[in-house]
Amino acid sequence: MSNHFTRRSLLKLIGFAATGSLVPASLKSFVEQASAADGDALYDLPLQGNCRVMHTTDIHAQLRPVFYREPNVNLGVGEAEGKLPHLVGRSLLEKTQIPVDSPESYAFTNLDFEANAKRYGRTGGLANLKTLMDQLRAQAGGIENTLTMDGGDLWQGSATALWTRGVDMVDASNILGVQLMTGHWEFTYHQEELLKNLSRFKGEFLSQNVRVKEDSLFEDAYFELVEAYGGLGLYDEDIGYAFKPFTTKVIGGRKLAVIGQAFPRTANANPQGFIPDWSFGIREEEMIELIEQIRQDESPDAIILLSHNGMDVDLKLASRVDGIDAIFGGHTHDGIPVPVEVKTPNGGTCLVTNAGTNGKFVGVMDMDIGEGGVRGMQYHLLPIFDDLLEADSEMDAFINNIRQTIYEDSVVESRAENHRVSAIRMGKTYGEILDEKLARSDRTLFRRGNFMGTWDQLICDALKHEYQAQVTLSPGFRWGTSVLKGEWITMEDVMTQTACTYGETYVQDMTGEALMTILESVADNLFDPDPYFQSGGDMVRVGGMDYTIDPSKPLLSRITDAKLDSGEVIDPAKTYRVAGWAVVGDAPDGRLIWDIARDYLLDQRDGEDVIRIQKMNHPTLVGVKTNPGVADYEGKLI
Amino acid sequence: MTEMKNTFSRRTFNKTVAVVGAGAALGVTPIVSQAAWPEAAFDAETIEGVLQSLYGVAEAIPSDAINVKGPDIAENGAVVPVSIKADIPNADSVALLVAKNPAPLASSFDLANPGMVSVGTRIKMGETSELIALVRAEGKVYTATSKEVKVTIGGCGG
Repeated sequence: MSNHFTRRSLLKLIGFAATGSLVPASLKSFVEQASAADGDALYDLPLQGNCRVMHTTDIHAQLRPVFYREPNVNLGVGEAEGKLPHLVGRSLLEKTQIPVDSPESYAFTNLDFEANAKRYGRTGGLANLKTLMDQLRAQAGGIENTLTMDGGDLWQGSATALWTRGVDMVDASNILGVQLMTGHWEFTYHQEELLKNLSRFKGEFLSQNVRVKEDSLFEDAYFELVEAYGGLGLYDEDIGYAFKPFTTKVIGGRKLAVIGQAFPRTANANPQGFIPDWSFGIREEEMIELIEQIRQDESPDAIILLSHNGMDVDLKLASRVDGIDAIFGGHTHDGIPVPVEVKTPNGGTCLVTNAGTNGKFVGVMDMDIGEGGVRGMQYHLLPIFDDLLEADSEMDAFINNIRQTIYEDSVVESRAENHRVSAIRMGKTYGEILDEKLARSDRTLFRRGNFMGTWDQLICDALKHEYQAQVTLSPGFRWGTSVLKGEWITMEDVMTQTACTYGETYVQDMTGEALMTILESVADNLFDPDPYFQSGGDMVRVGGMDYTIDPSKPLLSRITDAKLDSGEVIDPAKTYRVAGWAVVGDAPDGRLIWDIARDYLLDQRDGEDVIRIQKMNHPTLVGVKTNPGVADYEGKLI
Repeated sequence: MTEMKNTFSRRTFNKTVAVVGAGAALGVTPIVSQAAWPEAAFDAETIEGVLQSLYGVAEAIPSDAINVKGPDIAENGAVVPVSIKADIPNADSVALLVAKNPAPLASSFDLANPGMVSVGTRIKMGETSELIALVRAEGKVYTATSKEVKVTIGGCGG
């Protein structure tokens, strides 16, 4: 343990910082904030009530501890403006009463990220998480009083997850003791690989909203597929459930029903080619009917939703659906320290949570469940500070073992046959490949935020260099970790930004009009004021071109003033050379993005091994100067 | 882990139907049949034009008894699943229109046995649009409009 930061010093800091904080009256009965008045309480949580639900989400296969910078741009539009989760920096701290310059402000915001990262160290890592989970289980009086759930995006996001097609993460999930799960990026392996992974997974995979397409139910091929996996993939042929929609568990002597909700836009946001037989969607009406059925058939004492909807969708859903006591949400990677209380149509309350990303947090909901109803709930979103937790030896050994695996000819790292397996990696161990030092960073590198991040700019620069492109497009994924200024960028870092099953690249001539239509459409997927019409991650990153965006405007009118780095205004009728990656349609045949990035870093670093970003393509933002979802923006605000 | 509940699957149903179809002339009356191709209606470029050429009326009567539904967001604009249900006695014809398609009429069905309307079909949508259902019963034409179905670019999800 690199002990610049000890448990003792942390407790002092928390104890000091928390002095004088007040829990808002409206939340008092339900919520005990993470900034507990008693500093000793960080990881020392005796069970309050009779049922402890532990929730992780969007870990994106980060087995080892990481640096992860929270966003400084996370805009809410329409009714979401200025509300959780669309608060960043000091606005988030004020709203949730977390002191500035505390370990928690490091965990939950981007404030003083570099200095705090050095002070408080890395976060996450499944060996540390396992230690904490075991501790939380013991504090609850044993696993009969706890439920461990993961909200998905657990089995993708690293090189080793890609090279093992998710299998390393299935095994890690089993060691962690994940009992229930739903998914999103799990569906970016081929559907047969997902079924294989699910048959290896010791927990239950839940989703009420993944349905087998009608056409597939008329074909023998689908039945043969599911029969090969013992029926997995067809839970109920009449309704079309691909997976079990809900389960019940007796926890702390009370019956808890848990419904699963996979990412509703998987077939829009990711390649449909991997999952030809499944259809997604929010399926709100079906959810209402299911809850009614569960109440009648199961008489549970509480009903909770394990969701990959994204927080805005969860907030809307909670306001329209009765009968859910709490939603454990993910997808949008919002590390929100307090639950949001939502009034349901019949006047009840649903607590909506979101547990961040990259293994940085574990959400702990202590429920006091009576017969037929919940009496109270207390929520903590605990940051995983690695300097304060010993690594679990079983998980640690497992992770080390994965890194000793040899990269062999059987690896599949692309849809395109010519890029299926890499000759330069062949015969090396995963660890050797990933520990390769490529260049030092000239600034802190990160992705998360609604617009261009420093990591994205490097990727765009690499694409531009590779293809001599004028404009480059890089997806607005929300995953990807951070590299501190001056540190080595390793191959592992590159892979945490790029490791997906569709990493092929393209270059093509595109009219200015087509380019603008892409940008407008993606912006609409992000900024549609109705959360049910939003469909994915952050804004597509655009390299080599600057533009101005007004998120509050309707489709096809948000983006103006687009011009190349040369200053040339984008002409709708003219043609531009555009490069990009992560195409959801047919695989293009260009090299894999991580190889392009690796070569760029190795070849273009300077004499001091530093890779320099010449220009950041920050878009200019209109109408958000007073929006608390943006702070310290490095581009222009007008 | 997963048990398959039902003994009668769609797949076996499909096969049964195929066998029946092969035997032909078993006196099976189709519940829904495609009408003679109403070319003018499918070519009409406005909703009014469809009403006129399909049903010979100038306007339709809004009705709460019709429920027309599509997904919030189409997963594939080329095959958008849509359903129309209507609780209108003696309905004998149903039509589905995509408001923003250049030629709005997407499907029309004549019901051989007038009764409860429950129709599912798949349509092509070029852009985000509302869906309009028309139901004819006893010479009158009723209508209802769905929520918008969004047709959008894929990708960039995180």
